[in-house]
Amino acid sequence: MPERYIVVGGGLAGLMTVIKLAEAGKHVDVFSIVPVKRSHSVCAQGGINGAVNTKGEGDHPDIHVKDTLKGGDFLAEQPPVKGMCYAAPQIIYLLDRMGVPFNRTSEGLLDFRRFGGTLHHRTAFAGASTGQQLLYALDEQVRRYELDGLVRKFEYWEYLSFIKDEQGACRGIAALDLRTMDIQAFPADAVCLATGGPGIVYGRSTNSTINTGSANGRSYMDGAIYANAEFVQVHPTAIPGEDKHRLMSESARGEGGRIWVPKKKGDTRRPRDIPENERWYFLEEKYPRYGNLVPRDVASREIFQVVKELGMGVEGQDAVYLDVTHIPADVLDRKLGGIMEIYEKFQGVDPRHEPMKIFPAVHYSMGGLWADYEADANNNLVPGSPRQQATNIPGLYATGECDYAYHGANRLGANSLLSCIYAGMVAGPAMISRARNEMKSKGDVPSSLLQSGKKQWDERFAAIYRMSGTENPYVVGQQMGDLMIKSATVVKHNSQLDGALDEIRTLKERWKRCNVLDTGRTVNQSAAYVNQLWNMLEIAHLMLKASRQRDESRGSHYKPEFALPKPKTPNPKDDPEFMAAWKARNDKWLKNTMGTWTPEGPRIEYQELRSLRNPILSPEPRHYD
Amino acid sequence: MPDKVIVRIERSDGPGQASRWEEFQVERRPNANVISVLMQIQRNPVTAEGKSTSPPAWDAACLEEVCGSCTMVINGKVRQACSALIDKLAQPISLQPMKKFPLVRDLTVDRGKMFDALRRVRAWIPIDGTYDLGPGPRQAPEEQELRYVLSTCMTCGCCLEVCPQVTPATQFIGAAAISQVRLFNTHPTGAMNASERLHGLMEAGGVNDCGKAGNCVDACPKGIPLTSSIADMARESAKQGLRDWFFRDERKRGAGPAG
Repeated sequence: MPERYIVVGGGLAGLMTVIKLAEAGKHVDVFSIVPVKRSHSVCAQGGINGAVNTKGEGDHPDIHVKDTLKGGDFLAEQPPVKGMCYAAPQIIYLLDRMGVPFNRTSEGLLDFRRFGGTLHHRTAFAGASTGQQLLYALDEQVRRYELDGLVRKFEYWEYLSFIKDEQGACRGIAALDLRTMDIQAFPADAVCLATGGPGIVYGRSTNSTINTGSANGRSYMDGAIYANAEFVQVHPTAIPGEDKHRLMSESARGEGGRIWVPKKKGDTRRPRDIPENERWYFLEEKYPRYGNLVPRDVASREIFQVVKELGMGVEGQDAVYLDVTHIPADVLDRKLGGIMEIYEKFQGVDPRHEPMKIFPAVHYSMGGLWADYEADANNNLVPGSPRQQATNIPGLYATGECDYAYHGANRLGANSLLSCIYAGMVAGPAMISRARNEMKSKGDVPSSLLQSGKKQWDERFAAIYRMSGTENPYVVGQQMGDLMIKSATVVKHNSQLDGALDEIRTLKERWKRCNVLDTGRTVNQSAAYVNQLWNMLEIAHLMLKASRQRDESRGSHYKPEFALPKPKTPNPKDDPEFMAAWKARNDKWLKNTMGTWTPEGPRIEYQELRSLRNPILSPEPRHYD
Repeated sequence: MPDKVIVRIERSDGPGQASRWEEFQVERRPNANVISVLMQIQRNPVTAEGKSTSPPAWDAACLEEVCGSCTMVINGKVRQACSALIDKLAQPISLQPMKKFPLVRDLTVDRGKMFDALRRVRAWIPIDGTYDLGPGPRQAPEEQELRYVLSTCMTCGCCLEVCPQVTPATQFIGAAAISQVRLFNTHPTGAMNASERLHGLMEAGGVNDCGKAGNCVDACPKGIPLTSSIADMARESAKQGLRDWFFRDERKRGAGPAG
């Protein structure tokens, strides 16, 4: 049998993994719950980072590395970040060659804009729907390989679990056909999960409805380590909605958008009638250097404070203004057209003439499946090492938002498209190496293994179809979301987390009393949902437990009870007292949270960062003012 | 403003099965859209007459009108359910599956033929590889702006749904794929393979089957200039036909474009 590879997920990370495998002439089966062209990557708006340095600012991949590590409060292992930032310019060029309609300068070169957490113009963009454009480019290349017979697509198929052999290695997957509800097992020499983030665990977020994190949760239940679960990014600017919170890209601020509230509490005047000196541009005031482009964790906390603690939200609501009305409408249309349309369409107000009302919303999980790396003494990743992007389950890889690498405790804007593509570029060759090194001796996947993998899931679904209790699974899911939003977003309190841990156990009990609502065998979405919901509850449980146990503030994880004192000097490094407290905190907590599933609940351990033994950059306090 | 939303959904259990209408009544919520109403029904799948039923099946993903998933026929008009705001819809609201695609169940259909069409017209830039080969060709901002608009096509199927030329008996490829040929043929690298894509449009069901009804451009949620794409590609295909005829001898010798 020729080697076979499986990639689960057809977003940017998955498709780039597929392309790398197919380019090497390998056969790949790609599984996706939606046609891959409809994956969540389409929602990324602002752009993709790369220190191409076309604006005379002296930008360099080293500065990109520093911004990324510092933005993540030094919780990311450093060599993968270095690899990513150094590859970024050529990744952007590659996408350019694939035909992505990136915005151009008058000379016909790629244009770059500013994004949060950096002082450089480093973000290449295609209007304000960059993710969509990038995904389409990769989708097109994969379609080419499909025509060549190297890629088989299984669309409307849902990953159920990986299949383990007696040595604990991954030898394939079980998957569910979401149309016919058939379950099948598929063999593979290596499997890559590129299944995105778990935003739907929070109910309403900026995520697509498909981002349940179910595959990640199930893999964690089956023994994959889930790392840094407590680090979930809340994006500062989204439009609250009944079905989801729609993202208002950071690029709005990158192009000059300003955040403000009226200085007078509960001011009922229309925003344009409020004179300049009666507006409070609180980010610009507090962070003169970065202004509106502080990293997302910082901006979200500031907005939360202004609204929740000071009660200064616009018209007493949970909202602040995001104002782009001072930017000429033709510039807005050219550079931010996509998001201008979204606001207009969904809010019925033209943001070119009226400031947008926005509020923070859950956006991105820095945490995810733990993934390995192998670097040399110079902190360069070893090309083609089978350890790159490998989970702790031999033969199982993870890329994209579903892995935990690259972003530490907080992701910088426009680094996610980059990390997805880079991880895919690294994972493909790693999977090929593994198959070459390990699998030859193993031979074909025994059919008994596949049969038992299928049987386990046939039985599980037979049990789900029989569920006839009183609980509606969608109601349980909604209440899980409400619980997570209440207890594990911008500000976390241990007392609240303790309560939430009790409540998640109750929700798990209620899951057992669910009604499947539909016993049909054609597109039975509620049966699929009942299965996903359990996996989501397991992730939610882990997120809460990891949040409860980390008694510090770092990046997106903020516990006021354990915040460091404010430094007394403009540069924190000049305040010895602060530095002592900061160092003590790092000694205790600058570690990755390793979550392992047990029948009794999540088990949490902490792992030292390997790269800090020979760091590219020594950690330093974050400050952006 | 009534405090209820009344929705009528055309349902069927699968291909070839009889369809039926079910009516639902849900509480009216601020900022509601068709998706949030369908979510309310999932949480309480009981018809207006009080009969328990299964939650209707529907496709969705991004809910921001960039993925194309949740396309359906709402009050007789094909559009995305996520951007169909309840406040702007006459009630009772009727929801139906698209009719120009094979039905799967309830509001879900199989739009696979649209992706097949993209394969047929070779809708990609045939890059040499993913290695570091430097930047792509320079492009004028005006050119980028046109390509960007064409590239926002999310393969939602609205243009096929409203096209009188798309019927079970015909094989017209539809505006979306034709416009994609224009997208790639206007790219400096893509232009090198323009003839391959044009040949994809010159086969049966190609650009010449367009009946010029012009419904597509009105139905496109992204404002893509579909009729000008079709006119442009019809012209280019005609020129390609002439080129093929003039150079037919060379083609016979094996130098011809791949279909």
